[in-house]
Amino acid sequence: MNSNFLIELDNVDRRFASPEGKIIQVLDSFSMTVKPGEFCAVVGPTGCGKSTTLSLISGLAKANAGKVLIEGKEFNGIDPRVGYVFQTDAVFPWKNVLDNISVGPLFRGINKKEATEKAFDWIKRVGLQGFEYHYPHQLSGGMRKRVALAQTFINSPDILLMDEPFSALDVQTKILMQQELLQLWSKHKAAVVFVTHDIEEAVILADKVFVLSKRPARVKKIYNIDIQRPRIVSEARYTQKFIEISKSIWNDLSEEVNI
Amino acid sequence: MNDKIIMNRKSEITKLEQASIKKVKEHWRIVIFYRFMFLTATLSSWEILGRIGVIDQFFFSIPSKIIYQICIWIIKGTSQGPLWLQVLVTLEETVLGFLIGAVMGIVSGIALGRNKMLADIFSIYIKIANAIPRIVLGSIFIIALGLGMASKVALAVVMVFFVVFGNAFQGVREADVNLIANAKVLGANDSQITFKVVLPSALSWILASLHISFGFALVGAVVGEFLGSKQGIGLLIATAQGAFNAAGVFAAMIVLAVVALLADYLITRLENRLLKWRPNIQ
Ligand SMILES: Nc1ncnc2c1ncn2[C@@H]1O[C@H](COP(=O)(O)OP(=O)(O)OP(=O)(O)O)[C@@H](O)[C@H]1O
Ligand SMILES: [Mg+2]
Repeated sequence: MNSNFLIELDNVDRRFASPEGKIIQVLDSFSMTVKPGEFCAVVGPTGCGKSTTLSLISGLAKANAGKVLIEGKEFNGIDPRVGYVFQTDAVFPWKNVLDNISVGPLFRGINKKEATEKAFDWIKRVGLQGFEYHYPHQLSGGMRKRVALAQTFINSPDILLMDEPFSALDVQTKILMQQELLQLWSKHKAAVVFVTHDIEEAVILADKVFVLSKRPARVKKIYNIDIQRPRIVSEARYTQKFIEISKSIWNDLSEEVNI
Repeated sequence: MNDKIIMNRKSEITKLEQASIKKVKEHWRIVIFYRFMFLTATLSSWEILGRIGVIDQFFFSIPSKIIYQICIWIIKGTSQGPLWLQVLVTLEETVLGFLIGAVMGIVSGIALGRNKMLADIFSIYIKIANAIPRIVLGSIFIIALGLGMASKVALAVVMVFFVVFGNAFQGVREADVNLIANAKVLGANDSQITFKVVLPSALSWILASLHISFGFALVGAVVGEFLGSKQGIGLLIATAQGAFNAAGVFAAMIVLAVVALLADYLITRLENRLLKWRPNIQ
């Protein structure tokens, strides 16, 4: 096995049984690899199995067949190097912003004082100052998303799984958060698997874009995005290269949806 | 110029605010007035109908006699000793039974809810146990545990346990899988998931059951006393019944109602404290 890869999915199958016992094959001999520090985006038609792929990498779900390898090794349970920003709202409604963000370090046995300090730092970084003691129901959707991001980033994961993290944000905030994400990533160099419906977002952020086919998903095409870094999110979208790649991915995807 | 417009706007809003506060106050004044009117009307028609003989005083008593009975109990004490002692005895049995039943219910509800196999095996028996009129067990407890406090506490425990258990179980089963998944990835181990994620999710279910089950505990204790005891409000009712003293039964009922309302108030306070994260508690 080539252990150059941090994440490797090797001919993975994942099935679900419907309540009546009918089998839905979501992933069928699905393979994909991610190198350390690589920023990968995943696009594909809705329901094709993107979230399923992330939950396999995270260890929350198990493959029915095939191998999921982290650093060339199969693992049991959840790897502590993984961080996962979920597609659905998953902040704890009974904890205020501060407690929501410090919960990861506390789970991992760091003392309360240190965890709180770290959390205050992250509150600043995601721009939630003044809302430390608000409960999630008192925040807007975008603010809750930022709590979720801080909650994940505070553990400084080496493998960062993100499932449409910015889809609920307005365009300006989205661009700000994308820029912030690139900055964080360039500092920490985590391997990122970033699921999105937004083709432009995928191209702007990623080194590599995986285009998936409709269900059962396989990797239809891989684009290497050689737009130079550091990228300015608000400007990169007007370059010729960006427009070309986006168009091409657009065509790939419409083939999948129209059939 | 602009400042002036803003100032005007502000004073306008203050005026509107004052008007709306006044309206709300007015509303509550009217509500309280009619509540009082309703009570007075009910009690006085009961009194009048009783006195002119439309309602048989012998069976249904009249408010003035009931109030008189309560006053007698407070001033001279009951045939079994002072009133406060009877209240205390019943309250002690109730609270003890409530606490034991609630803790047992919460612990076993969570334990069973977290384990799918156990849940599937035992859920059918829980349904059956819930359908049985458990109050009948009181007779068995009196036989087994005697006339003292133990039999009443046991009955209260049985009354409380299944309600709290059922709710805790349901609450655990309905805990959001996304939140559990998130906690797992953030690094929580099994016990952290149980205590830091599942328990708080189930808390609103559990607290709702505490509301109802305190009343159940009180019923359990009183019925236990009724079936056989040396002290307590249940015995007071049994004695009044034996003497064909309808006023005594009603008076005991009012004393019980006061106890139950006080307990409900305290549990609501606790609930609001523990669930302050919840949107719009009224
Ligand atoms: N727990 C489950 N039980 C049964 N079927 C499931 C389950 N989870 C997912 N599926 C099915 O698997 C397929 C893929 O789901 P998945 O959530 O991975 O899609 P997705 O690509 O993330 O879609 P979207 O872009 O809409 O989020 C869907 O058709 C869905 O119906
Ligand atoms: Mg999805």
